[in-house]
Amino acid sequence: MLLIECPHCGPRDETEYQYGGEAHVAYPEDPSQLSDKEWAEYLFYRNNPKGLIAERWAHAVGCRRWFNVVRDTVTYEIKAVYRIGEPKPEIGGVK
Amino acid sequence: MADLLPEHPDFLWRNPDPKSSYDAVIVGGGGHGLATAYYLAKNHGMTNIAVLERGWLAGGNMARNTTIIRSNYLWDESAAMYEHSLKLWEILPEELEYDFLFSQRGVMNLAHTLGDVRESVRRVNANKLNGIDAEWISPEQVKELCPIINIGDDIRYPVMGATYQPRAGIAKHDHVAWAFARKCDEMGVDIIQNCEVNGFVMDGDRVVGVETSRGRINAGKVGLCGAGHSSVLAELAGFRLPIQSHPLQALVSELHEPVHPTVVMSNHVHVYVSQAHKGELVMGAGVDAYNGYGQRGAFHVIEDQMAAAVELFPIFARAHVLRTWGGIVDVTLDASPIVSKTPVDQMYVNCGWGTGGFKGTPGAGYAFAHTIANDEPHPLNEPFALERFETGVLIDEHGAAAVAH
Repeated sequence: MLLIECPHCGPRDETEYQYGGEAHVAYPEDPSQLSDKEWAEYLFYRNNPKGLIAERWAHAVGCRRWFNVVRDTVTYEIKAVYRIGEPKPEIGGVK
Repeated sequence: MADLLPEHPDFLWRNPDPKSSYDAVIVGGGGHGLATAYYLAKNHGMTNIAVLERGWLAGGNMARNTTIIRSNYLWDESAAMYEHSLKLWEILPEELEYDFLFSQRGVMNLAHTLGDVRESVRRVNANKLNGIDAEWISPEQVKELCPIINIGDDIRYPVMGATYQPRAGIAKHDHVAWAFARKCDEMGVDIIQNCEVNGFVMDGDRVVGVETSRGRINAGKVGLCGAGHSSVLAELAGFRLPIQSHPLQALVSELHEPVHPTVVMSNHVHVYVSQAHKGELVMGAGVDAYNGYGQRGAFHVIEDQMAAAVELFPIFARAHVLRTWGGIVDVTLDASPIVSKTPVDQMYVNCGWGTGGFKGTPGAGYAFAHTIANDEPHPLNEPFALERFETGVLIDEHGAAAVAH
């Protein structure tokens, strides 16, 4: 089980959290202008790196707030935790 | 002095060095890769082909699944694909001349809520319209088919009935791979293990070879059967797939006398159980939530599935978990596979089978081989093209297909 450090509450067990997939996927600025291919990208295509990924977690049974994590998808090691709105940390190769 | 060890039995396939060139190369020597090679050779006369495997043959998800075979999917496209696969399972032991213990002991999908019941009855009706054996059975009939199950009404999620597919069942997964491998080898297919693909050789938009840990291999066509690593392969080829890779765990108990005569799946309380021929109880559940390539997951997922199993089968409280393991499953957002051409000319992809790829092994191989040989999909896999994510014609089996995600 992962031990995830909520930026608001501190370290808690993985079972307190909900996973939210890839972070930093912005809603399209002008949805009416998107092509079908661009819509497909927005809806269905997410990075799936073998290595570092920037991803969202929600502290579902704690403060209920969303935040971001940089995690290694092979070792599962968490490299960084940061709040919504903060930039993606500059860690080598993070996607 | 102790007796000398007996001679090693005959090997089922050669271990050739890669040739410099093949008409087609299949990347991934699991069930799907081997089945694809088999049907390429058998149905399409392509025998100058190779299967490249990064590790050892069938050491990925083919070695890690819970071996359930069924075709009771809701939507027409899935029903056609999985039923075709099941029909191939029914003839393969004879065709491959290998008894891989395909046992049509039936599969039950339990319903525990009114919503489950409605969904299940709908699915049974849909299955019948597609010519698939399916019936809705009462809790008493569930008990008759599987006497160790608890159908009492005093548990958190009582059994309100089940869908039942009598032709469904299990098979011995390793032997399935070996059966395909032996036949492939007999037809001249080179099975090359310890050969990792780490790049593709392109001529404009067309793939003309693969770069591997054992050197460059030219290829007229390339089929990707990389399962959990499909995104990694696609990235090497310069395109993306709508896939997320997740850990999926399974486990076995120690050996027991035969107590469980069928296969029981429960989407709602999230466990599926059968008893292997040699006696282990084999169980699996849902994926770990996060993306992962680690071939392992968290113990709380195992705990949840054990809680569900013990409530449904009180007799299991005395069993022990002997071994747990994880695989990497490639999940699409509509929980249906991708068997398709790709943006790269002469490159094809078979992936996205997620948590249910084992049952699809022969069907996937059959349809994918057709796609590779003819450079166009078989009617079976036409709906499973990459384009569906752009056209919106999804095959939404999430929650619809009795799939325990």
